Amino acid sequence: MKHEITVTINGESVTAEVDSRLLLVHFIRENLDLTGTHIGCDTSNCGACTILLDGKSVKSCTYLAVRADGAEITTIEGVAAEGTNHPLQQAFHDQHGLHCGFCTPGMIMRSLDLLKNNPDPSEEEIRWGISGNLCRCTGYNNIVKSVQQAAKEMQNQSETV
Amino acid sequence: MFKCKTSAEVGGMGHSVKRKEDARFLHGKGNYVDDVKLPGMLTMVMVRSPYAYAKIKSIKKDKALAIPGVLAVITGEDLAQYNLHWMPTLLSDTQMVLPTDTVMHQSQEVCAVIATDRYVAVDGAEAVEVDYEPMQAIVDPYKALDEDAPLLRPDKEGQKDNQIYHWERGDRAKTDAVIANADVVVKERIYLPRIHVASIETCGCVASYDKDTQKLLVYLTTQAPHAIRTVVALVAGHVGLSEEKIRIISPDIGGGFGGKVPVYPAYVVAIAASFLIGKPVKWIEDRSENLVNGFARDYHMDCELAATKDGKIQAFKVSTLADHGYTDSSANPSKYPTGMFSICTGSYDYEHAFAELDAVYTNKAPGGVAYRCSFRVTEAVHAIERMVDKLAAKIDKDPALLRLENFIKKEQFPYDSPLGWSYDSGDYEATLKKAMDMVGYDDYKKEQAEKRKEGKLMGIGLCTFTEVVGAGPSKDFDILGIAMFDSAEIRVHPTGKAMARFGTKSQGQGHETTYAQILAEELGIPYTDIEIEEGDTDTAPYGLGTYASRSTPTAGAAAAIAARKLKDKGKKIAAHLLEVSEEDIEWEVGKYFVKGAPEKSKTIQDVAFAAYTNIPPGMEPGFEATHYYDPPNLTFPNGAYICVVEVEQETGAIDVKRFVAIDDCGNIINPMIVEGQVHGGLTQGIAPAMYEGIEYDDEGNVLNGTLMDYLVPTAVESPHWETGHTITPSPHHPLGAKGVAESPTVGAPPAIANAIIDALSPLGIEHLDIPITPAKVWEAIQAHT
Amino acid sequence: MIPANFTYHKATSVKDAIALSQTHGEEAKYMSGGHSLLPMMKLRFATPEHIIDISKIEGLSYIKEEGDLLKIGALTTQTEMEHSALIRENYPIFSDAIKLTADPSVRNVGTIGGNIAHGDAANDQPALMLAMRATVIAEGTDGQKSIPIDEFFHGFYMTALEPSDVLVEIQVPKTKKGSGGAYHKVERKVGDYATAGVAVHVELDDSGVCREIGIGLTNVSAVPMRLDRGEELLRGKKITDDLIEQVGTMAGEDCEPSSDLRGSEAYKRSIVNTITKRMLNKALERAQQ
Repeated sequence: MKHEITVTINGESVTAEVDSRLLLVHFIRENLDLTGTHIGCDTSNCGACTILLDGKSVKSCTYLAVRADGAEITTIEGVAAEGTNHPLQQAFHDQHGLHCGFCTPGMIMRSLDLLKNNPDPSEEEIRWGISGNLCRCTGYNNIVKSVQQAAKEMQNQSETV
Repeated sequence: MFKCKTSAEVGGMGHSVKRKEDARFLHGKGNYVDDVKLPGMLTMVMVRSPYAYAKIKSIKKDKALAIPGVLAVITGEDLAQYNLHWMPTLLSDTQMVLPTDTVMHQSQEVCAVIATDRYVAVDGAEAVEVDYEPMQAIVDPYKALDEDAPLLRPDKEGQKDNQIYHWERGDRAKTDAVIANADVVVKERIYLPRIHVASIETCGCVASYDKDTQKLLVYLTTQAPHAIRTVVALVAGHVGLSEEKIRIISPDIGGGFGGKVPVYPAYVVAIAASFLIGKPVKWIEDRSENLVNGFARDYHMDCELAATKDGKIQAFKVSTLADHGYTDSSANPSKYPTGMFSICTGSYDYEHAFAELDAVYTNKAPGGVAYRCSFRVTEAVHAIERMVDKLAAKIDKDPALLRLENFIKKEQFPYDSPLGWSYDSGDYEATLKKAMDMVGYDDYKKEQAEKRKEGKLMGIGLCTFTEVVGAGPSKDFDILGIAMFDSAEIRVHPTGKAMARFGTKSQGQGHETTYAQILAEELGIPYTDIEIEEGDTDTAPYGLGTYASRSTPTAGAAAAIAARKLKDKGKKIAAHLLEVSEEDIEWEVGKYFVKGAPEKSKTIQDVAFAAYTNIPPGMEPGFEATHYYDPPNLTFPNGAYICVVEVEQETGAIDVKRFVAIDDCGNIINPMIVEGQVHGGLTQGIAPAMYEGIEYDDEGNVLNGTLMDYLVPTAVESPHWETGHTITPSPHHPLGAKGVAESPTVGAPPAIANAIIDALSPLGIEHLDIPITPAKVWEAIQAHT
Repeated sequence: MIPANFTYHKATSVKDAIALSQTHGEEAKYMSGGHSLLPMMKLRFATPEHIIDISKIEGLSYIKEEGDLLKIGALTTQTEMEHSALIRENYPIFSDAIKLTADPSVRNVGTIGGNIAHGDAANDQPALMLAMRATVIAEGTDGQKSIPIDEFFHGFYMTALEPSDVLVEIQVPKTKKGSGGAYHKVERKVGDYATAGVAVHVELDDSGVCREIGIGLTNVSAVPMRLDRGEELLRGKKITDDLIEQVGTMAGEDCEPSSDLRGSEAYKRSIVNTITKRMLNKALERAQQ
């Protein structure tokens, strides 16, 4: 059965017909061609598919597209204006927080939510905060450092605003 | 320590420049195989066997084909018409592409459903009706060798039992004699279980055959695109897929670690499907397919280490039973069926060693690939490093002291090991002492003594390993006969910017940065002015790919030598421009100048421009060079790792308090990238040490085929790693580099195992196999109290 | 992995949900957060023909104290619980549990009601509910009903809820002077289902005597389990180290774990024993604050 849904994706409103069973991650990747959101497992363990749904990090492989009707979605492609870096993107670059890059979009989307709720997290809070996102390359040390750098930068930005 | 020759702007060796490849990944613009979308593309899903061993009585396609959008169901019988139902493995065995009558392991590919989209294909796969007649599977490799064990591979001519091969290296008689007469002998059966690399991106491909041009294009998750092209041509040449018409593109790869070296059956089926249908066919493995098909390790090693009563090591013997599943699809050099396992004599100076191995068939998935380690080096290092600790415990000697007293000394390099390797360089004593200083070894020893008095379990574990990587010299190393050289091709454009292509393929290692830095070091062209490309067989020079820490040792060396060829040509051009003879030209980073008159100079960019615009008479125009590097020897990265743990006796809970890793990977090109590689390798070291292992039941069913139960460590399980370096440059590598990415995966598991066992030693526990989980520790404590 | 085909229905109210369920009968399943149900559907262990999405129903997401009760709307997400100052300060047992449940992104979607209604002894909330003697408020064709938690869990994935019943609210006793609770589970890695977990809720009178006690166990029985024998022993007594030791032993004896990938039966019994003692101590400490 088809359902018409309207979502705001990275600031743009999109209306589409979707099947009941279409997973949000496939809607994003295949219907909208936003392939920065990845698929790494089927059981909501790896977090490669993490997006922001109404500002909260959500594993889009375990969410029906039809349920996103009316929602505001942000994917990695919408984190910063083209040609610019969000402080998290800059920090992952500066601190070598990525190797193969496959988990990176999910890590960044998750970290956005983490820093929104906890702008100055400790190392332990960061580690627990990203525990639903697996990385097989980096050993996490530099991801933690990236989130710490971004936290500092985002706090500086909010103070100067 | 290494001193940088170039400025930060040029960014040659030793500079921690930021990675050039990051931008696309950070903005969601990476291009992985599942991101590839071609016009008219179809999707393929595999039907897989629920049984470990069964006859296939029938496969009924009707219900699947009745689903709108399902276009084809491809079976082994269908492929048999083209003689494509079997394929050779790299080690002269044979593997089913699709079965015609028997399935040999759970989750084996049974048939393929091709449909217009992913969802329909999955429905189609659910609708295929397969009638199986299950048989009693052989799961235990020891039982596979029983006289009455059923013959698993009657299809192989001359195969009388389930043994695949016997291998041995060293002098059995002398080693046995030394062991028989030694003051002290320690023995242990050590098992390294099946594990899976579980890169976050699974495997997949998009195969696209054009019936008009007869060209085949395959986007593939492969660490070795050229080798795959040759394999495809060899396997499918008879149906008209000829090598010049095959193009393999390995796009961005979401982690490889060895899991993306093999040719998986579904790749071949996707290619066949595209060939038959004439449309692009995409296959993307799901996570369970990924975890259950393919593996690393599965070595049962009977070890004996002999020493004098004060701990001078005299001989090491190891007899291994290797479970290969139903076919030997190990990815090893042809002459090395057990990989580099004979590095098992370790970092110690003694004369006698013997290693033997029997490989057997069972009803398990084939694999035998790496898990972020050079061919079977992890197994070898685990064996010797556990045994050295066991010896230390037996003679009640500090394991650090025992190691220091037995190390090969730095003046003994190059060192000929008892099993035939020539270690290039190292300073094992300095490396271990650095690790001991960094962790505060003596203080921890005191703390441990205090804690033991209070009945608390604290352990300190060491591992001082020697790796062997960078395969390899063509006289010994080949894959399907192709020598294991690697290649670099540099083109410097008229404006002084450059593009270079390589036969390797990065999967996250940062080649686009590291190779650019090597060229910046050699040519003085800023690394930011150099684009690096890999992975497209139509454009890149032939090479054997990236695995076994071979990229820097082989392709990195090729880059340096190709650059030196250019530099030589540039010297002639500079002499022409400066109107002096070539002998009067000298080089310093980025420019040629006249001997004794440094104000008269031409930059590398001036020279590049002249190579296209103002060519010396008689000289070939252009500024390009290619080199295929055949390494004279392997490289031997080494390190000293120390782990401190506390174990809670009541629950078995293990707390890793500290982990210090000191690596000697020779000269370092980018310290930031090297450190990152070490961090990642350490987490892939703690993973098998404490969390991961593929579990089978007696029927051959995999019990933990999802990431819910196959326990890949998160940021919480992964400790805060502490790292450092010693440097002994490789004397035979043009840059003095050795390779690094796998050392930590090799060195961490024994360090962690040794620490936990050391903690438990007051209870009389002498050995535990990895993964050492709290549950396993608890059981051991119960058995000893 | 892709779920089999089904038809999606969005319920706009509890009444609407019940009506949809009535229409589609046994082939319909409610979905709130979906993080238990959808993975089962992707693995095709569950193939409902109709999914009734109750997550969009307004007014079922709240945390409030009323009278002697803490009332939690069934659609309150685990994250909302985690971020609630009221929960953090007065009901730390929830914070203990939620930190160990799945991961933050799953908790952003997973609801407290769903965690209970799923009827899975491996979920963390059922043990808490048993310990706190919660009441489940459900609405069905006959209106609202209160189900004491001891009558709620019937079997493996089976509860007292009729197919069309919607779990709308959880009620637990309001925290008061002398009450305290604690939860811990042993897990193989962060976010894993429990190897074994224990929830303890204790109420002391002014003299420090245990007026009421609840002990719930996670994932060591087919149905979420109450440690009756331990509760009986402690009720009406001053809780001493010796009694705690005895209750730990009882917990290890009375639980019904089976050997699996998480460990042997004996290991799990031992873990239950240890955590029971630790949580009793922690709950007592909190009750005495």
